[in-house]
Amino acid sequence: MKYLIQRILFYVFTAWAAITLNFFIPRMIPGDPVKALLSRFQGQMSSDAIESLYILFGLDKDKSLWQQYLDYWVQLFHGDLGLSFTAFPSPVSEVISDALPWTLGLVGVTTIISFFLGTGLGVLAGWRRGSWVDGLLPATTFLSSVPYFWLGLLAIFLLAGPDSFFPSSGGYEPGLVPAWDQYFIPSALQHSLLPALTILISSVSGWILSMRNMMVTVSAEDYITVAHAKGLSDRRVALSYAARNALLPNVSGFALSLGFIVGGTLLVEIVFSYPGLGFLLFRAVTAKDYPLMQGIFLVITISVLVANLIADIAYLLLDPRTRKEG
Amino acid sequence: MTIPTSSVEQVIPGQGAMAQPDPARPAKAKRQRFRFIANKKAFTGVVVLGLYILFAIIGPWVAPYDPDARSEDLVQPPSGAHWLGTTHLGQDVLSQILDGTRTVMVVGLAAGAMATILSVLIGVTAGYLGGGWDDSLSALSNVFLVIPALPLIIIVTAAAPSGGAVLVALIIGFTSWAWNARVLRAQTLSLRRRDYIEASRANGEKTWRIILFEILPNLTAIIASGFVGTVIFAVTSEITLAFIGIGADSGWNWGTILFWAQSQQALAQGAWWWFVPAGLAIAFLGTALSLINFGIDEFVSPRLRSAGKTKVKTASGRTVRMRVGFTPVLSNSSAPHTHAKPIPAVTTAAATPVLKKEGSQ
Repeated sequence: MKYLIQRILFYVFTAWAAITLNFFIPRMIPGDPVKALLSRFQGQMSSDAIESLYILFGLDKDKSLWQQYLDYWVQLFHGDLGLSFTAFPSPVSEVISDALPWTLGLVGVTTIISFFLGTGLGVLAGWRRGSWVDGLLPATTFLSSVPYFWLGLLAIFLLAGPDSFFPSSGGYEPGLVPAWDQYFIPSALQHSLLPALTILISSVSGWILSMRNMMVTVSAEDYITVAHAKGLSDRRVALSYAARNALLPNVSGFALSLGFIVGGTLLVEIVFSYPGLGFLLFRAVTAKDYPLMQGIFLVITISVLVANLIADIAYLLLDPRTRKEG
Repeated sequence: MTIPTSSVEQVIPGQGAMAQPDPARPAKAKRQRFRFIANKKAFTGVVVLGLYILFAIIGPWVAPYDPDARSEDLVQPPSGAHWLGTTHLGQDVLSQILDGTRTVMVVGLAAGAMATILSVLIGVTAGYLGGGWDDSLSALSNVFLVIPALPLIIIVTAAAPSGGAVLVALIIGFTSWAWNARVLRAQTLSLRRRDYIEASRANGEKTWRIILFEILPNLTAIIASGFVGTVIFAVTSEITLAFIGIGADSGWNWGTILFWAQSQQALAQGAWWWFVPAGLAIAFLGTALSLINFGIDEFVSPRLRSAGKTKVKTASGRTVRMRVGFTPVLSNSSAPHTHAKPIPAVTTAAATPVLKKEGSQ
């Protein structure tokens, strides 16, 4: 329990740090691009909206930095992230909440599949060192060096086309309305196959490698020899003794590399014009839509923190040592 | 506030389990200095990296065309005149790649160097000084570790539009030191309690001297592998930034090529020569750096080396698989309980055949 509370405190602290970073970054922009945007949209915005952008980007030079900081927090607690310029006049929070489920679905599912698949293959590679599985290692090294988005480009070029089963862009058929029905779901699944495959191929190799190395380290432990000496089957030793112990560091590694994976998948979305946060961030960057950019960064960071917390809880369930202290 | 580091430091390849540095080096240390290169993986990596550095230096001079020069040959496939084809403006793709190598390498190495310096400063300080320093510095690096780096790099770079390659290198360097700092802290913690460090402290050596001359030399492998890992990350991030169209308004880099290929519908036109070479260039550079890292890892922790042939036929026709942690007991005598013959030529890294002495059980 003490462990869990410590972790929660840490994530709260990190969230505070990220939000504070988010507060300072736009204040370091030389010139006032937001002000320029504001004057362009002057007539069409309500005074409330202008006020909230003033607070978010510190355009009100009369207030002290501390006062700006307090106002910023008050506004965040109201869930107000300002207005998006690209999707004018929708508020940023609305634009993001439209895109979030797409990213959560794509990234969440593929990351979990990739973790289990990679860990499984890693167990195999580490246990049967010197067998054919070791031959996979150079290939996986190569794949993990390829940027995610380039693999996506290649996948579109090779597999997608006018008369291919795989669509090359978008999240669903253009004519459909998002809903939980028999037309929309198959179409959404079909559109997510190629991006998911790309993410899977480029992220699985990291897990294989780290699990293999852990397995190799664990196989040298005395308790493995004892298990063998007891006459347990090879399979049982591999799974219940070696793999179980090798898994722990891999789970904590999973938590730590989440941020990295999320970064990579954002780019896959850009390549496939997938309607998630990555593509949204790309459009915000090209249009210099600062409120949207800041909002997306905040949402991504908070999501990663929550995912980390979940991984920590999984670690807690797997490792009895963390529970002992009561 | 910290995750137990003992297990975590072994997770990511390239930062793998480090063997205990041996303070008492063998007498012939000088001859062994380049033994690292003898590792096949590391050698391949170093050679490929050398080629990239060579092209980073001479690339712009050996490029057959001016990378910006337009010509009449629009979107031409590879030919004798344009080895890697041309773009939508008739620019030579090969020249763009050669010209871009310099930016990519300079930004990658500069960001890597900066992140390494930061990580050494923060990690070693936290590990050696301990106490309040350790708590606050560890918290700092954990925060940077958990915040997703790429989105952070994107919004910072987008907020500072007027910078060139130097600024990109600075931003990447400032956001990617955390992992190495963490690994270095863990290793410093364990070094700090070694006898030879205690001895130098008892001798009255100054703290900076202990850190510089007693601890840092024993961290060389970790620092090197951290540097290589960060360079991989920096190169990918830099190319990513250029690919989404920020932070690279000066000169060519491979990401810029991909940016134009993507925005000019190279995929729909079937113009594979436009985006495949740039991607392969990144992939080979990344692979070379990873290979160097595996080399460093296996150099310090021989267990990780891929085993050669592990299946051994015994005289009785059964196959025995050599495994780490197993010590096959083989006998020269024709004792009835075993039919195995000694096999000294087996090249397993850690399984050591032991010749059984007569009469001992």
